[in-house]
Amino acid sequence: MSRFGYYPGCALHGSSNDFEASVRACMKTLEVELGELNDWICCGATAAHSINHTLSLALPGRNLGIAERDGFTDLLAPCPMCSMELIKTKNALTESAALRKEISDIVETPVTGATEVINLIQIFQRVGLDRIQAAVKKPLESISAACYYGCLLTRPPRTVAFDDPDQPRSMETVLAALGAKSVEWNYATECCGAGMTLSREETVLNLTNKIITNAKAHGANCLVVACPMCHVNLDMKQGAVEQAHGVKHDMPVYYLSDLVGLALGLSERELAVNRHFVRAGVHAAPKTVA
Amino acid sequence: MARIGVFICWCGENIARTVDVKRATEEVEQIPGVRFAIDYKYMCSDPGQTMVRDKIIAERLQGLVIASCSPHMHMKTFRAAAKAAGLNPYLVEMANIREHCSWVHQNREEATAKAVELIRLAVGKVIQDKPLDAIKVPLTKRALVIGAGVAGIQASLDIAEAGHEVVLVEREPSIGGKMAGLSETFPTLDCSQCILTPRMVETGQHPNIKLYTWSEIESVDGSVGNFTVTIRKKARYIDMSKCTGCGECWNKCPMSKTLNDFDYGLSKRKAIYLAFPQAVPARPVIDKNACTKLKTGKCGICAKVCAAGAINYEDQDEIVTEQVGAIVVATGYKLYSIGQEQDNEKYTGYGEYGYGKYPDVIDALQFERLSSASGPTGGEIRRPSDGAVPKSVVFIACVGSRDPAKGVSYCSKICCMYTAKHTMLYKHKVHEGTAHVFYMDIRAGGKNYDEFVRRAIEKDGAKYYRGRVSKITEENGKLIVRAADTLAGVPVTIEADMVVLASAMLPSTGATELAQKLKVGYDEYGFLSESHPKLRPVETNSAGVFICGACHGPKDIPEAVAQASAAAGKVQVMFARNELTRDPEIAKINEQNCAACYACVRTCPYNAIEKAEIRDRQGNLVKMTARVNPGLCMGCGTCVAVCPSKSADIDGFSESQIYEMIKNL
Amino acid sequence: MEVTPVGADKFAGTSIENCYQCGKCTAGCPLADQMDVTPNQLFRLVQLGEVEKAARCGAIWLCVSCFTCTGRCPQSVECVEIIDALREYAAEHDCAPPDLQRIILFQKAFLDNIRRNGRINELELIRDFKTKGFLQDLSLPLLMKDALLAPKLMQRGKFHLTSEKAKDRELVGRIFARCTGTHAEGATS
Repeated sequence: MSRFGYYPGCALHGSSNDFEASVRACMKTLEVELGELNDWICCGATAAHSINHTLSLALPGRNLGIAERDGFTDLLAPCPMCSMELIKTKNALTESAALRKEISDIVETPVTGATEVINLIQIFQRVGLDRIQAAVKKPLESISAACYYGCLLTRPPRTVAFDDPDQPRSMETVLAALGAKSVEWNYATECCGAGMTLSREETVLNLTNKIITNAKAHGANCLVVACPMCHVNLDMKQGAVEQAHGVKHDMPVYYLSDLVGLALGLSERELAVNRHFVRAGVHAAPKTVA
Repeated sequence: MARIGVFICWCGENIARTVDVKRATEEVEQIPGVRFAIDYKYMCSDPGQTMVRDKIIAERLQGLVIASCSPHMHMKTFRAAAKAAGLNPYLVEMANIREHCSWVHQNREEATAKAVELIRLAVGKVIQDKPLDAIKVPLTKRALVIGAGVAGIQASLDIAEAGHEVVLVEREPSIGGKMAGLSETFPTLDCSQCILTPRMVETGQHPNIKLYTWSEIESVDGSVGNFTVTIRKKARYIDMSKCTGCGECWNKCPMSKTLNDFDYGLSKRKAIYLAFPQAVPARPVIDKNACTKLKTGKCGICAKVCAAGAINYEDQDEIVTEQVGAIVVATGYKLYSIGQEQDNEKYTGYGEYGYGKYPDVIDALQFERLSSASGPTGGEIRRPSDGAVPKSVVFIACVGSRDPAKGVSYCSKICCMYTAKHTMLYKHKVHEGTAHVFYMDIRAGGKNYDEFVRRAIEKDGAKYYRGRVSKITEENGKLIVRAADTLAGVPVTIEADMVVLASAMLPSTGATELAQKLKVGYDEYGFLSESHPKLRPVETNSAGVFICGACHGPKDIPEAVAQASAAAGKVQVMFARNELTRDPEIAKINEQNCAACYACVRTCPYNAIEKAEIRDRQGNLVKMTARVNPGLCMGCGTCVAVCPSKSADIDGFSESQIYEMIKNL
Repeated sequence: MEVTPVGADKFAGTSIENCYQCGKCTAGCPLADQMDVTPNQLFRLVQLGEVEKAARCGAIWLCVSCFTCTGRCPQSVECVEIIDALREYAAEHDCAPPDLQRIILFQKAFLDNIRRNGRINELELIRDFKTKGFLQDLSLPLLMKDALLAPKLMQRGKFHLTSEKAKDRELVGRIFARCTGTHAEGATS
């Protein structure tokens, strides 16, 4: 049994609680113990780094301080926005003793930036794809996924230093271990515009429509994401996309942990897949969408 | 008391601005052993040198200290002056009060004090200098040229025409290099092969040129005038003396799946193949990784059809050695790899351009083949994926160049010109097509160059946009190119049928390993370093080794050819003498004192020290010792540092001289 | 004579001086076609010391921080950090264009929400923002649209009506006070 610090972030404790259910169920089956940070706070997201630079380091800094205090060397942050903010802060702290002092004083706990922050894909890599492959009970033969990385899993590349920012392969590798196929397509790292949901809705619907259309055109029967914001945009907003563009997509959107869980034999209910807006059933009932 | 003359130079304002030369002269005159000190505005000038010569004679000097610039600059000048006045040239020392003092300090007081100190050290050293004689080295008047692209061919022919033998080594199966694969050349649009192939034939047939193709340099020993070069002749599986180049073998070979590297992967070739139709020598080679006979023992068709019996499946690599006196390096360039495969961790490729993923995204050399009459499409512009004629082509400049994040920070220099050329070649063949060019700056310095680019824009209608491309995707058979037009201040999206990437020029694979064998310096990218960027552009810091062409830095054909002739000229200057002289500041072993531990033998980077025996007159072994081969020693001093018994020393740079300098500090 | 432009310290470490105006940022930006000035033009203004002029551009509020520009910049300019610094400047100097004020309002509401709860309370946030945004620009459809989604979310158990809060909210308040110094951002409590 391996143990990781766990930073759920607001989304996973809010309207993306289906993601949290999926991650937790998966980790339990893989015998990974998640130690949720005691009294974690919001990472500040885009708002903090837009409005107040110090705050954008202090909020993640507080959480890194908690992780250090509680002895976690590795910290899972499934939301890429949170993990990017945490890594950015970690990097800044590692580089500057003055900043370590300043942030430690602000957040009232010593913080050095020693904690390793990992995303959802990395935790599967840590568990070991061989091990996951060996534990697969229901190979996902009917899945032809378009793996959608969005923005923050691989960007900014100098900060997160994860996978190739333009032609990433890490999710595809996980899917291969599950017996699932993945398609070559063009929008794996395009922005879905999640940050604009409240201000430029037509832009968001436009970007989202392009992503789903391209995935379909390349033979995907579902999208796989590792980000709660991408999921909201592609799943919850899919109805609005269809309405705005006069199309019918009916494109299921899985979290990566959903597919790992399903392959390991967990039920849709255990993984909260049944709570997605677009019915996600392609893993069970093979059909070709092309 | 020694009679030392000190000559302090102003170097115009260079030294005098920061160093109070007058005061320094007064202080230096007080140093014991200094007969006099004198200052002058330009000591290296003719009146300056005359003064040095006159003073040597008038004051019967036993040594000189010239306090001026770096000895790299003028040591030769002043040694010659000393010699002319009858003083042994190795009794001259220089105190570098320019680079080491005036150029790097602001404070006049401190700089003056430092200049006096530097001169004091040099005086300490020169007092202990002993007269030395230059070492004479015999000279092998035969040159090695490495690489047979256009630069190597030019250098070889020049040297051969001057009457000297040339050993020309090329690692590919044919000579010709990159230029042999180009279509037409800027700024005249003359056909590349038409101008190169006659030179290739001339090279292949020249009585003074010994050609080794499909061969690589294993090692280089010796030094200027007398290099021993070991060459690996790779197994070709063809008996070159029997083969007639008739073509039966490659016509009948059933294996046709290997990507043709002469067409940069745009076509396939046989397992036994001729590099290209105009190859010199016009002899095939067997690709051992593709040949069924060599891999499994089955097949053997080529041997059956060869009437000359020239196929030899048992062929092995062969090692040969050649003696030469000078070496010209002309190893050329390769393109930066745009895809994900990289041989250097500094480079990341451009995942965003989809090279390797989308077949119709190609690089500039591939486009050369597409537009070449000898290329895979016979010179018709047809895109690789489906052979369709592209109606819209996007050309992207600066891919890998001027990009410190993913590629190299330098400008590759030729891309602006060949991109303009590509748009012309395209428009001349596909009249209704549109050529779009994305560039950052147009760098077209050169005779008739800017006019050429303007012609592409004004006459041939190429659309130029100032801005980089961010991403290329594929939708419905079109390449979607997302870019910016920074002059209009808008993002631009173009639906293209084909994209051509002007990839950066890098030194060819293995250039740095070769440079290490030749002890030639190279920069962070692996381009070989010239000895002086203005005054010694084709020399290197390794005596007798010259460079030309793109191994030195990005350059176009005219420049590479000019430089090749320059390098050949330097070789001829060297070969105009009958022997070489070398500075005698080399190591010497006190053989009586040597404990024969051979630490020096093991550490000498030039293999210049050997084990030797000292015998008495009856031939009885008295003792073992280390002994320096003066022909090989470069005077680096490593042996002095490692010798535990202090038996090694350097003439003209002895340990006691260095102690004296330190004492004088 | 060197004049240090107002707010120049905000750009330390962004390598803004490296920008050579190639436009790759603009080329890859998902929102560039909707911006009043393109990203490379913004960076040019900053390079020239025209910080206020840049901070008045609507473009900085359209940026979704997708980091495509940063990731592909050949000169390793920290593009998003420059835009962040401009947004920070605009928020401090109140110089965002009127039609984009609500984005600042949303972000201020977002931070205010964290300050009060330690974590984001989505319902409260939407309520806060919609009320303010509604009053600001009378965007009734905006108010209604997500309200219509709410029942669907609840149906799927995606909203917690009793929201979660950090326990030590006083500490969060102190962190905010220290970071914001004298000018507490959008504090309304």
